[in-house]
Amino acid sequence: MTSLNAKPALNLSRLAIYAVLLLAVLVYLVPLVVMLLTSFKTPEDISTGNLLSWPVQFTGSGWSKAWATVSGYFVNSILITVPAVLISTSIGALNGYVLSMWRFRGSQLFFGLLLFGCFLPFQTVLLPASFTLGKLGLASTTTGLVLVHVVYGLAFTTLFFRNYYVSIPDALVKAARLDGAGFFTIFGRIILPMSTPIIMVCLIWQFTQIWNDFLFGVVFSSGDSQPITVALNNLVNTSTGAKEYNVDMAAAMIAGLPTLLVYVVAGKYFVRGLTAGAVKG
Amino acid sequence: MATLELRNVHKTYGSGLPDTLKDIQLAIRDGEFLILVGPSGCGKSTLMNCIAGLESISGGAILIDDEDVSGMSPKDRDIAMVFQSYALYPTMSVRDNIAFGLKIRKLPQAAIDEEVARVAKLLQIEHLLGRKPGQLSGGQQQRVAMGRALARRPKIYLFDEPLSNLDAKLRVEMRTEIKLMHQRLKTTTVYVTHDQIEAMTLGDKVAVMKDGIIQQFGTPQQIYNDPANLFVASFIGSPPMNFIPVRLSRQDGRVLALLDSGQARCELPLGSAGDGLEGRELMLGVRPEQITLGSAPGNGLPGIRAEVQVTEPTGPDLLVFVTLNQTKVCCRLAPDVACRVGDSLDLQFDPERVLLFDASTGERLDLSRAVKPDAVPV
Repeated sequence: MTSLNAKPALNLSRLAIYAVLLLAVLVYLVPLVVMLLTSFKTPEDISTGNLLSWPVQFTGSGWSKAWATVSGYFVNSILITVPAVLISTSIGALNGYVLSMWRFRGSQLFFGLLLFGCFLPFQTVLLPASFTLGKLGLASTTTGLVLVHVVYGLAFTTLFFRNYYVSIPDALVKAARLDGAGFFTIFGRIILPMSTPIIMVCLIWQFTQIWNDFLFGVVFSSGDSQPITVALNNLVNTSTGAKEYNVDMAAAMIAGLPTLLVYVVAGKYFVRGLTAGAVKG
Repeated sequence: MATLELRNVHKTYGSGLPDTLKDIQLAIRDGEFLILVGPSGCGKSTLMNCIAGLESISGGAILIDDEDVSGMSPKDRDIAMVFQSYALYPTMSVRDNIAFGLKIRKLPQAAIDEEVARVAKLLQIEHLLGRKPGQLSGGQQQRVAMGRALARRPKIYLFDEPLSNLDAKLRVEMRTEIKLMHQRLKTTTVYVTHDQIEAMTLGDKVAVMKDGIIQQFGTPQQIYNDPANLFVASFIGSPPMNFIPVRLSRQDGRVLALLDSGQARCELPLGSAGDGLEGRELMLGVRPEQITLGSAPGNGLPGIRAEVQVTEPTGPDLLVFVTLNQTKVCCRLAPDVACRVGDSLDLQFDPERVLLFDASTGERLDLSRAVKPDAVPV
């Protein structure tokens, strides 16, 4: 009898599968490799060699120049993203808690309407949002941009938390109420400690959305308060002087690193959180 | 320690919807164990949630120690509840689960520790205090859930089908333990179940519910021996009561019910039942253990010979099925009775104990026991 965990024989069909997978990996990784290699090349090296050639001489000058150019905007992005992510996740958690465990008359309709927010394209809210920010006196400020991101993100965060919380049995809240706990005590002491996976999902989702956002950034901020995505665009699209591809690539890498970092740190919760509730634990 | 009284309690989820609870009226004394029993959807869990304050009532009043608590929030009613799903806080240790209610009520830490230790000792879960609910077996979770309820020494305990998630053996064990616990603590308890054995064994008082109405409220013996209607009679008892469609005839001022087994007939005297019953569709209610073996007519009880169709030895009893009036009838006989399928048995009924129901309304018909019955062989 052959063991069930025996390694499958390395036959032709299996080789074919590996070949296809390898090809897919290459296709996905080549752009990254090109970016990395280019960012460490000198401008001369770039103009003489080809895209995939190894740098004749590794230089960090592209990175340092890129950092000098975009660092201010990098900080802007952090100042926009961190509060926007934290606020939208917190309010989303509270919304989800109410919509799943403290239902009120019309709460289902309320939730249904809120879901429309997930399907609204960015472009449709530009004008109304801009009008509102103007009225509030927040036009072209970081606070204004944070507000837009929070409001736009609420539909998603509420959906995430609400769907996670409906799988938590009602009896838990009932038990806590009989134990004498109130609305916020139940939320803080019982519900939130159970929410780690969905909090992670929300943080990753919101961080990626807001950090990578370009449209809101370009519309609702100006000059020194622009996020890094807008700054990167300005840098790459600059028409004066020689094209410094190494700087462009390094700046693009800098702009992309934080989301990568978030995935590495919290990624294991992501799949777990998205599938939570699918199987009764 | 408290009395509990429900006065005309009414519950509806909307003006167009049927009432979930209709005019619930009952009272239990301090320390009594009340069972709410009924099929699923009968409103028993809703009633319990209303007592706990988790759901509001649409009318009537709930009184604990003669104080109207209808408008109070759950935490002010001083009630503790054990849930069917246990509802243990999954992120807290067993110790914190038990202590949670005490912490919320801002007891000093020393008092909390003392109370947790007392409850843990009582339920023999001292060795589990550091664990999370996920690391416990079903029976252990059940104990912790009870511990959480016991910890505050509330006025009233509510149990919502606490044993239905346990396997059969553990269920019987925990049933005895709950009874033992109640005998020791003597706290007023309301216990919801759909299991009629739990209802019979645990309760001082039983309320049988159906369609949001209390069908009968009384001691387990009253419910069993003196059911108010066809539903209560059929719901309580295992194997269930036999219902035999009968016709009545009147002879010399006596009312007789005619039984026919296919090979014999017998007229069962029912005392002087009320007038106007002849011709109505009636059901004779006989519990399986009220049909006894005997060589009729010998001891004055009416009897009938019938053919055995199925036998089910359960161990302590032998269940024998015969056909009377074209209806399958279960008889609970001693296990040593030698009988095989196809045999004929002489069966006897005690006319003092049979019940009569109106088949269409389910209403129980009163049988006056004035006349001493005796056998009337045909």
